[in-house]
Amino acid sequence: MQVIRSPKIYDVCIVGSGAGGGMAAKVLCEAGADVVMLEAGGMWDSAKDSKMSAWPYDSPRRGAATPTKPFGEFDGCIGGWEIEGEPYTQAVGSQFDWFRGRMLGGRTNHWGRISLRWGPDDFKRRSLDGIGDDWPITYDEIKPYYDKLDRLVGIFGSMENIPNEPDGIFQPPPKPRCYELLIKQAADKLRITCIANRLSILTQPLNGRPACHYCGQCGRGCATHANFSSTSVLLPPALATGKLRIITNAMAREVLTDEAGLATGVSYVNRTDRRDYAVRARVVVLAASACESARLLLNSTSGRFPDGLANSSGVVGRYLTDSTGLSVSGHIPKMEHGVPHNEDGTGGAHLYMPWWLDNKSLDFPRGYHIELGGGKHSAPAFGFMGGIQRFNGVGGYGKSLKDDYRRFYGATVNFAGRGEMIPNEHTYCEIDPNVVDAYGIPVLRFHAKFSEHEVNQAKHMQETFREIIHEMGGTPLSPMPSREALYGLEPVGRIIHEVGTTRMGNDANTSVLNRNCQAHDVKNLFVADAGPFVSNAHKNCTWTILALSMRTAEFIAQQRNGGTL
Amino acid sequence: MKPLSRRSALSILAGAPAAAALVWTDVEARQAHEHAVAAQAKAPAAPFKPKFFTASEYAMVGVLVDLIIPRDERSGSATDAGVPAFMDFMMTDQPRRQIAMRGGLAMIDRLSLDRCGKRFVSATDRERRLLLDEIAYTSNPDRGLSQAIAFFSSFRDLTASGFWSTRMGVADLQYQGNTFVSEWTGCPAPALRKLGVSYGTD
Repeated sequence: MQVIRSPKIYDVCIVGSGAGGGMAAKVLCEAGADVVMLEAGGMWDSAKDSKMSAWPYDSPRRGAATPTKPFGEFDGCIGGWEIEGEPYTQAVGSQFDWFRGRMLGGRTNHWGRISLRWGPDDFKRRSLDGIGDDWPITYDEIKPYYDKLDRLVGIFGSMENIPNEPDGIFQPPPKPRCYELLIKQAADKLRITCIANRLSILTQPLNGRPACHYCGQCGRGCATHANFSSTSVLLPPALATGKLRIITNAMAREVLTDEAGLATGVSYVNRTDRRDYAVRARVVVLAASACESARLLLNSTSGRFPDGLANSSGVVGRYLTDSTGLSVSGHIPKMEHGVPHNEDGTGGAHLYMPWWLDNKSLDFPRGYHIELGGGKHSAPAFGFMGGIQRFNGVGGYGKSLKDDYRRFYGATVNFAGRGEMIPNEHTYCEIDPNVVDAYGIPVLRFHAKFSEHEVNQAKHMQETFREIIHEMGGTPLSPMPSREALYGLEPVGRIIHEVGTTRMGNDANTSVLNRNCQAHDVKNLFVADAGPFVSNAHKNCTWTILALSMRTAEFIAQQRNGGTL
Repeated sequence: MKPLSRRSALSILAGAPAAAALVWTDVEARQAHEHAVAAQAKAPAAPFKPKFFTASEYAMVGVLVDLIIPRDERSGSATDAGVPAFMDFMMTDQPRRQIAMRGGLAMIDRLSLDRCGKRFVSATDRERRLLLDEIAYTSNPDRGLSQAIAFFSSFRDLTASGFWSTRMGVADLQYQGNTFVSEWTGCPAPALRKLGVSYGTD
């Protein structure tokens, strides 16, 4: 097949425009590099493409999900678990659900803006208890990047001095909603820490972006750029340098190399005309998401790299982890017939519960945090109070049913646990030897399994959430799941925090990247998504992807200036 | 818009029960009026032609949704809110729902023929209610009716989605968000008092 090659040789080619790619582009463009960015999806601008402020009744489907909008038609993120033309497969007995964004900004268009800075312990778990592995870098080494990130992006929170939940440079947190205070009241009684959430949503203007207007619709994409997304915060300054060229609808296929074993660029399929193209660059940065970057490396085979690029260790695709996750809702009689007022607030909760216990006294080694929800947050839409029989015990019909909807509306709280999963040998991705996607690119096959660590942790989540609901005088809306049902754990991948497939390390035999996220095998190849993560603290990966990408990009800029790259 | 008195708001809502039964505030009444006017303005000139439902199914859906959510002193009925047309749309938008819907309606019709010798739409209001009393309550242990009970639950959910997501439903529930707030000051004192919580000293 004829490949259409770009004549220009860029300084850097970045694959992906999300958190990692956007940050790398900003840092490198501002450092003077000519950057080309490949994005598999199309252009997207939240200022004009967002469905912010739309009412469910503005649409005949009232906000229901569609195949490309699994979180509802108004959601900002185009993509999902299933993408037309882009299958993936499961090994026998495995389930891994792979959520992909296909748009400028990638999955920064889909997340709760929960921006938890990791703590010192999160980078040295093996040293602490012998389980998992240490990172090749410490908290102290990444802390300056977290600090810069806080100042650049903006984050609200409260100063708490909790040892493994380091405080950041916070804007003031918004006042809690009244039912959140009710939750805190119960948490205080149960000695569960409940503090201001830490979200990358502005409560004060910052760097030309306005403060939040509290419509609660961050997930739709913020038309005023008051919350973080790559397209709101990172790509505009990169584009302003005049140094960034973005190629959309570019499905990266292979990292190209020369006889010396160095990366020379990236080949991609243009999804619009389905022809093969190639861009040339002196440095290649993969930020296509942990699994997509691993796929790209594994598909970049050559005589010199028969098992895929940067994979002499055989570790590419291994150590795949997600966060654990499950949720429990409860009906709280005290919240019935609530006083009508605007409860929207920011997107997501104003309070959260960081991990508050010591695992030494528990039957699972890693913690979780609790995300809160409830009340009358967001307009009645498709799915409104589904399963009314869970509230009134019977269902029914007629005038009394109508009154029941009014009575129980907003009288619900929800607790979602997000816990640390420990990498295990049964959870990984590899190239399926038999299947290609619509572009002729071999697809990933997933293997996934939880260990006892995660199952015991899930049991603890279930018991805790039910205890809080009971303490609030309420009733859980679902029965306690059995151990056979893994206590309601969502399948691996479902929490969309997948990391670890190109992990960092000091030993080239057991890791893909060195401490600078530079491939051990290919010195001008870097990974800037969640692939480099050595472990997956329960603290939602985006903030650490951003900090790590900033650090990696600054390293690349230094090396370029020094003539090493 | 000139504020309307409660009386004039009521006069526009055809079929509203006696004023003595009402406990509306003026604001509520005004909202109800605005929504009623808007609903009328949006009503299509030509009769709606379903894409999924047959004529007889559509008639049956109309009867069922109004039995589930009838008109009362605070808002109109499910058909007033356009729920049957919404359901028809969802059947084509989410085709996986079609078999269960078609079969479920057929099942209810069969139960009606069995109980009173008439199809559901031809049954009297009392006959319809007697049938719903059997299938609308998940607490009914009759295992012979489990499929009908499951269908009705899902039909009730879809009715609720279609009703409460309309302007009429949003106004009835007094949802007050989806608006720009210049300064977030938390929750008002009466809401805090009701839950027995406070912002403490700040």
